[in-house]
Amino acid sequence: MATCKYDWPEAAERHLIGKPISRIDGPAKSSGRAKYTYDINRPGMLFGKVLRCPHAHAKVTSIDISEAKNLPGVKAVRVIQGEGKEILWGGDEIACVAAVSEEVAEDAIRRIKVQYEELPFLVNEEDLERAQSQGHTRAPSVQTKGDPDKAFADPDVVISEGYYGAPVITHCCLETHGQVTEYDGSDHLRVWISTQGVSTIPQQFAEVLGLPATHVEAICDYIGGGFGSKFQIDRWGVECARLSKDAGGKAVKLMLERDAELKVAGTRPSAFAKVKVAAKKDGTLVAWQSEAWGTGGVAGAGVPPLPYVLEGIPNQSKKYTAVSTNTGGARAWRAPNHPQAAVLTLCALDDLAAKLEMDPIEFLTKNTGLAPEHLGETYNDELAKVAELSEWKKYWHPRGRGGSGRIRRGLGVSIHTWGGRGHNSNCDVLIQPDGSVEVRLGSQDLGTGTRTVIAIVAAETLGLPVEAIKVTLGDSRYPYSGASGGSTTVGGVSASTRRGSVDARDQLFAAVAPALGVPPDQLEAAAGHIRVKGNPAKSLSWKQACARLGTKTIQATGKNPGPCELGSSGVGGAQVADVSVDTETGRIKVNRMIAAQDCGLIIDMKTAESQVYGAMIMGISYALFEERVMDDQTGIMLNPNMEFYKLATIGDIPEFIVHMMTGPQYDRRGVIGLGEPPVISPGAAISNAVANAIGVRVPTLPLTPDKVLAALEKA
Amino acid sequence: MRGKKPKDAAQKGGNGAVTRRDFLRGASLAVSTGLLAADGAAVASPPESSAAAVVGPGKVPVTLRVNGQVHRLELEPRVTLLDALRNDLDTTGSKRVCDRGTCGACTMIVDGKAVYSCSLLAIEAEGRNITTIEGLMKDGRLSPVMQAFIDNDAQQCGFCTPGFVMAATALLAERRHLTPEEVNRGLGGNICRCGTYHGLRLAALEAAKRMKA
Repeated sequence: MATCKYDWPEAAERHLIGKPISRIDGPAKSSGRAKYTYDINRPGMLFGKVLRCPHAHAKVTSIDISEAKNLPGVKAVRVIQGEGKEILWGGDEIACVAAVSEEVAEDAIRRIKVQYEELPFLVNEEDLERAQSQGHTRAPSVQTKGDPDKAFADPDVVISEGYYGAPVITHCCLETHGQVTEYDGSDHLRVWISTQGVSTIPQQFAEVLGLPATHVEAICDYIGGGFGSKFQIDRWGVECARLSKDAGGKAVKLMLERDAELKVAGTRPSAFAKVKVAAKKDGTLVAWQSEAWGTGGVAGAGVPPLPYVLEGIPNQSKKYTAVSTNTGGARAWRAPNHPQAAVLTLCALDDLAAKLEMDPIEFLTKNTGLAPEHLGETYNDELAKVAELSEWKKYWHPRGRGGSGRIRRGLGVSIHTWGGRGHNSNCDVLIQPDGSVEVRLGSQDLGTGTRTVIAIVAAETLGLPVEAIKVTLGDSRYPYSGASGGSTTVGGVSASTRRGSVDARDQLFAAVAPALGVPPDQLEAAAGHIRVKGNPAKSLSWKQACARLGTKTIQATGKNPGPCELGSSGVGGAQVADVSVDTETGRIKVNRMIAAQDCGLIIDMKTAESQVYGAMIMGISYALFEERVMDDQTGIMLNPNMEFYKLATIGDIPEFIVHMMTGPQYDRRGVIGLGEPPVISPGAAISNAVANAIGVRVPTLPLTPDKVLAALEKA
Repeated sequence: MRGKKPKDAAQKGGNGAVTRRDFLRGASLAVSTGLLAADGAAVASPPESSAAAVVGPGKVPVTLRVNGQVHRLELEPRVTLLDALRNDLDTTGSKRVCDRGTCGACTMIVDGKAVYSCSLLAIEAEGRNITTIEGLMKDGRLSPVMQAFIDNDAQQCGFCTPGFVMAATALLAERRHLTPEEVNRGLGGNICRCGTYHGLRLAALEAAKRMKA
């Protein structure tokens, strides 16, 4: 029995929570009826386009917009960065227009005349010495713990040294960034915007436009991908609103073109490192040394947390140098800094295990005590689970002993961690006298299943089927709910919905208790009825019960955080990759991926598993294909499109086994976020599998055929 | 070869610039080559007559038959079928993602073939039977392919989903016996970013099974 009013029901009492339930917005999405920002068409709507700088680094010496302004059909032209402005990366915004059609807007953009003074630039960072010599590096941060020099000098330790890295990649959201802005009168702004934080949007516009936040409404019913890149209104959002204003308040739709999306709307920073790591002959890790660097554009990069997961290695020496490049800026990319840290750490540890001639799963298991607090045991369970499910003992072989044929097969493993505590969330739960139920909140569903988990929690609490719950989100007029980042949404909205639903249910109990002749605390909501505990025959149907409300609608507000802990943070996760490598072509085929993942109490098993499948697929994509290619000569991006910025397609996808860790020890932790953790390990796991197959490390992602062949040649 | 050489290059533009229409014709050539491997998918070629006629550059009348309904529009000749439907007919189920025949989010079925509607001009689609995702529902009921997508969670953010539903529908119209390899080929011209391929594969196979029954 629950000990606190809002606790989650015990396993035996759950009818919906933890079961595989289809997403409630599935019909709208699969039938094409779901309206995304890109799909919004308003009466008399204008189309916005942006002129972008073609140089990596330049100064605007002159700009002439007169010809664009005079083009018939053009309603507004704005200079964003005019004469004298220094432009620091290719694709940055120079000017924008609003016109009656997309075609006229494009014509107008071509009629804007800009002259630039080109300036020196750096767009590639893997060569750290060159970046340093050109003054593109910041002062390195240096950290030391224990006595690494002494630990490495111990004659009884085995040392492995290597070079590892992951390049800059992009978010490449299928729905590009953008918005439709429309004024209602001179001082009310309505914005349809592709965003991960609908409740945060009014304040962002208000600040820049000088409007009260109460006069801005943001709407985002559906979003076509964000992955961490869609939190800000961005300069193009502000300029879109200004174009609307200049055009007499008319609606303006300004969605980024595909090339702009890849150049300026978000990247994952690169990370490269020379790593030295030491263990005793029995595999106990004793020392870590890393010299790492990376770029996230002009502003440098996020620092990968090294050594990853096994942070308790007693002796450490770490140096990190941020490189400033003339490229579009980094944004949070699904599990910021963690996938890179996993590559730098877990690949280095795998090389050390190979040198020790140890099975890497045994090696990691021996060292899980170096992981934070409670995670050690979780990792042991998860490593044992992926070993079992992958038939590791049957398929794994010591490094390079995968036969002498053209095709070599290998297995690799990695582990990861993430926080995922529920964010601040408020919701209104409404029960109408006709029995209909609605949960309203200013949240958003990124495709993770947010709508569905809200419906499941409310339905479970009220004893109703999932279909009986209407979930209304995606509008800033509803109660504030946090932005969807850091895997914080499921914990936040499930907790606020649970608390709001419990309170709404208790109000209904109070209203119907006299009719059932018992005190309210003797009632329960189950199977579509309000009934007396222990005497289910004495009951009212849900509809009959609600009819007792007369004309009064029940409205209860649920909050997170709030009384009774309904979530926590800190998950583990282990993955195994099984690959085949063609040693003549260098092509890698992923045969299987196996995951064991914990995330506390699971609300919807179906969408939870989908997060893990999807994350591993995204992981295969960045492990094998994705890389932003910048041209050293011209400073421009060479693959700002979807034919050369390669994403995995269905034929690249292997068989999967996904095992969600469940049971009392996980349920007890409450709800924890899941969107990010499973995307962290695939790069390291696949790289380790390739090393296991061919006997040599391919140092950096993506593991393209040319790099595989180069590594084989060097061996 | 499905594409055609522009016969009238000398008559175009006057300033010698490559028009969007020329470009698209070339692009559809390249795309159709790429798609020959994908069963059931092809880029429709312009009909014989429209290649010789010079239209534009201003708006011209265009008649489109979309989901059985006839629409008369005034469009610049450079407008793609995708943009005409999205911007002029508010038919937005088909998505604009790559806008150059790579990702399949704009897939429509034109005269029975799956095509990238971003790579076909609206004027080239005159006189053809155009089916969009909106046309697959019968009496408000989800198609078997749509239902299989829901049951197998073959969607996350959902932006690629209509394109995949159209590609799977065209594939299943050609054949009902599908192997996983045929699904890979048939849906290989579409891209998903959230990583729903696992569910997509199961959905296509299940839809095939249900439609056979």
